[in-house]
Amino acid sequence: MKENAKNETFVHDPENVIELDHLKKYFTVNKGKLKGGKQYVKAVDDVTLNIKAGEIVGLVGESGSGKTTLARVILNLTKPTDSHVVFDGVNLSHATKKQMKDFRTEVAVVFQDPASNLNPRETVESSIMRPLIIHGMKKAEAKERARKSLELVKMDERYLYSYPHQLSGGQLQRIAIARALVLDPKVMILDEPTSALDISVQAQVLNLLLELQEKMHLTYLVITHDLNVIRYISDKIAVMYLGRLVEYGPTDDVIENPKHPYTRGLMSASPILNPHDRDKEKYIMGGEPGSLIHLPKGCHFNPRCPYAGERCMQETPENVYLSDSHQVTCFMYDEKGVGEKVSEEKEVSAE
Amino acid sequence: MGEKLLKVENLCIDYKVKDGYLSAVNNVNFELRRGEILAIVGESGCGKSTVAHSLLQLLAGGNAKVTGKAIFNDRNLLELKRQEIEKVRGREIGMIFQNPLDSLNPVYTTGWQVAEGIELDGVSKEEAWKRVIELYKDVKMPDAESRAKSFPHELSGGMRQRVMIAMMLARRPELLIADEPTTALDVTIEAQILRIIKALRDDFDTAVMMITHNFGLVAEVADFVVVMYAGHVVETGTVFDIFDEPKHPYTSLLMKALPRIKKTEGRLQTIDGSVPRITGDFVGCRFANRCPYATEQCRTQEPPLVQVSGTHSYSCFREGGDK
Amino acid sequence: MNQSPIKEFFTSCYKNVNFMIGFIMVLSVIVVAIFANQIAPYGYDAADPTSILLAPSGEHLFGTDNMGRDLFSRIVYGTRITLQVALIGAGLQLVIGVTLGLLSGYFGGPLDKGLTFLADLTYCIPGLIMALAVVTIIGSGLTNAIIAISIVNWASYTRMVRAKTMSIRNQAFIETGISFGESSRSIMFRYILPNIVPVIIVTVSMQLPGTIMSTTTLSFLGVGSMPPSPDWGLMVSESIDYIARGPWMCIFPGLALVYTVFGFNILGEGLRDLLDVRMKSQ
Repeated sequence: MKENAKNETFVHDPENVIELDHLKKYFTVNKGKLKGGKQYVKAVDDVTLNIKAGEIVGLVGESGSGKTTLARVILNLTKPTDSHVVFDGVNLSHATKKQMKDFRTEVAVVFQDPASNLNPRETVESSIMRPLIIHGMKKAEAKERARKSLELVKMDERYLYSYPHQLSGGQLQRIAIARALVLDPKVMILDEPTSALDISVQAQVLNLLLELQEKMHLTYLVITHDLNVIRYISDKIAVMYLGRLVEYGPTDDVIENPKHPYTRGLMSASPILNPHDRDKEKYIMGGEPGSLIHLPKGCHFNPRCPYAGERCMQETPENVYLSDSHQVTCFMYDEKGVGEKVSEEKEVSAE
Repeated sequence: MGEKLLKVENLCIDYKVKDGYLSAVNNVNFELRRGEILAIVGESGCGKSTVAHSLLQLLAGGNAKVTGKAIFNDRNLLELKRQEIEKVRGREIGMIFQNPLDSLNPVYTTGWQVAEGIELDGVSKEEAWKRVIELYKDVKMPDAESRAKSFPHELSGGMRQRVMIAMMLARRPELLIADEPTTALDVTIEAQILRIIKALRDDFDTAVMMITHNFGLVAEVADFVVVMYAGHVVETGTVFDIFDEPKHPYTSLLMKALPRIKKTEGRLQTIDGSVPRITGDFVGCRFANRCPYATEQCRTQEPPLVQVSGTHSYSCFREGGDK
Repeated sequence: MNQSPIKEFFTSCYKNVNFMIGFIMVLSVIVVAIFANQIAPYGYDAADPTSILLAPSGEHLFGTDNMGRDLFSRIVYGTRITLQVALIGAGLQLVIGVTLGLLSGYFGGPLDKGLTFLADLTYCIPGLIMALAVVTIIGSGLTNAIIAISIVNWASYTRMVRAKTMSIRNQAFIETGISFGESSRSIMFRYILPNIVPVIIVTVSMQLPGTIMSTTTLSFLGVGSMPPSPDWGLMVSESIDYIARGPWMCIFPGLALVYTVFGFNILGEGLRDLLDVRMKSQ
């Protein structure tokens, strides 16, 4: 962590609600003294990402890409190792108590597993009311707000007195959304909000999220591995690979004209939903997603990349801005290129 | 079209519960030929896994009542004795599951476990080990030789699923039942596994029965599709029949619920309501409570089977289905 | 339809044989303790030099002891002491064990390491020897004996609560709670504690018989209750010299102890079945 890549020239742009500038989150793994002491897991490594107010940003990546860790850092559930999360112009690492309290009301989160999103020992009503009570609202008023919030997610009042184990996955997820909305947040972070749900229920939840976003001018950060879902709801897509942000740009650009080789592989691996496209020539990326503990030198993607050159083995690529809103982290797009191509057999051996 | 391998007729599975019988699967019919990939698709609780498990007599607990026929190579799988079905498992019908870690023994190396299956056929240890390495190469396992000496926990999810496929391949079964084979895997790995399954079909003429809730997989590899809802088959047809001209209201609503569009192009179709609890005395169409076209008739009578073409059929009262 | 989990729990209790038998046995002990004044025909220390070591008869149901005290009355009053031990002992262990377990499981880090080390340490020393050591330091007497046993037993509560806390603290509803501003204290007591109540109940009911036994043992060894207290352990120890002439002096307190401990034991067994089934169905 000696190479402190903090950008001294960082300026807050009022249009952005979340700004990450070379954000890092490392975990230490104790390997025991005999094996050489501590090791770092670079779960989030050098991520620069701005989210504008009112945008829906989809964050995709395979397991171990660090997307959930990134969400937890943004939620301030865990402190970043280097650099800061800037929320609405407030640096969360130096926030006052009051600022932190406000932040807690402005960012809400919904996790993947409907069954563990709510406290199993509390009724739906008391779960939804809880955030209001903490922030000092009277009980009667909070009850009323809970009712309204449930209405917002199109659920009948009678569910207020249910316990979580009496409800279905779709209902639980809508209640989790109702609770997230009860404090009138600016930003919602949705971690795989629909991946545990059936298709018909998934459609309900996605439509509900879109409707709420329009109605309440929310900003969403949606984390998922399902590219079809991301294409449906998001305005921009961020792609992560082994802790690094490899591409970030408008949905149409990223899906139809992916720039980073990893994004390209991911896009073509994503299941098509039309049997007529099945015989189209497809690029199937070989290799395994790799592990954060044994990271390759240079660009993390080099063992799976068909274009990897000499330079990719040695240096770490920086963000390249292709346009105002499209950034990619690959040597192919800076003036020096990837360097000498190392070998052709890599693609074969990786497969 | 290959020769007929499996014919399931009037398969019914009821679970005994406190207040009578719960109908998990009712009157399911379908056929599978050599070299064909059949997808049984449906949402959670539709009975798709129950069907697959019943074929190998793998239903847990003693409270399931199975009736009907499943003719596989001139034998009814449902009536085989325990020793007979044990010979069928693995040798004639192979099965892979969603979570390969549960199917592998953590205290033996994966190669040893694959070799064990080969040795059952009277092959020497050295021969078997050679076969294992070949198989690992067949399933595109990186570093086949060292991976064969790894323990299950040392492999990633994708590699474990490859081991399962290799293990299954070792016995060269005629039918492969894949129960949600890629649900726990990343998309890039899923694509690799699907490619292996397709190659298997092409190279060995293996028939594949794929149980899944993921229509992406169906569109990607299936030849024929059986759509299930609440224990009933609502529609069967070729993958193109189902995707291009769905007839049953459920199938057709589901097709519109798939996220194939962008939000700027419109909204996804939703299906309100939830799956009813089907007990022994349930009458009428099982989708009636969620169907936008349901009439009185749907609630009182079982819908008829309508044959659209040689391959395409659905069960609904509405003429022309959802048009 | 909106049955609370607590109501559901009670309806399923009737069906569990272990639970019901245990419950009735423990309840009978409690009733006897409450109405001891009405049930006992004599006072617990009413010595009668004219009726020493009488065999059980209509007048003295369980016979009399070497000082002519009615054994039945003494055993009836003894239930109060036993329940007192159970209540205070369990309460003390619970407060220590749950608090330390929650802190250790929730915060982790050096605090957790320290507490775990301490718990392991107490496990290494044989319980009775350690209890004797503690009593030697703080002095004998029933209350001190209970304290000594609690000091020996806290570790099993702490371990249990710690393990459960660690598994719950990673669930989504905890992180969501933190994300909308819950303090650490309310995460521990509003979110985690209610969800480990079943585990705590089971642990208590499994530990109670042991607590009663150990305290009785201390009394037997002469460092617990002091005469003329009708402590069952003490009664057994007083009977030793007369075991040939009046075996009932030893048998009846022993049986009372067995009855009570057995009652608590199968009550715990039943509770564990009940609560485990419920935990699975969630």
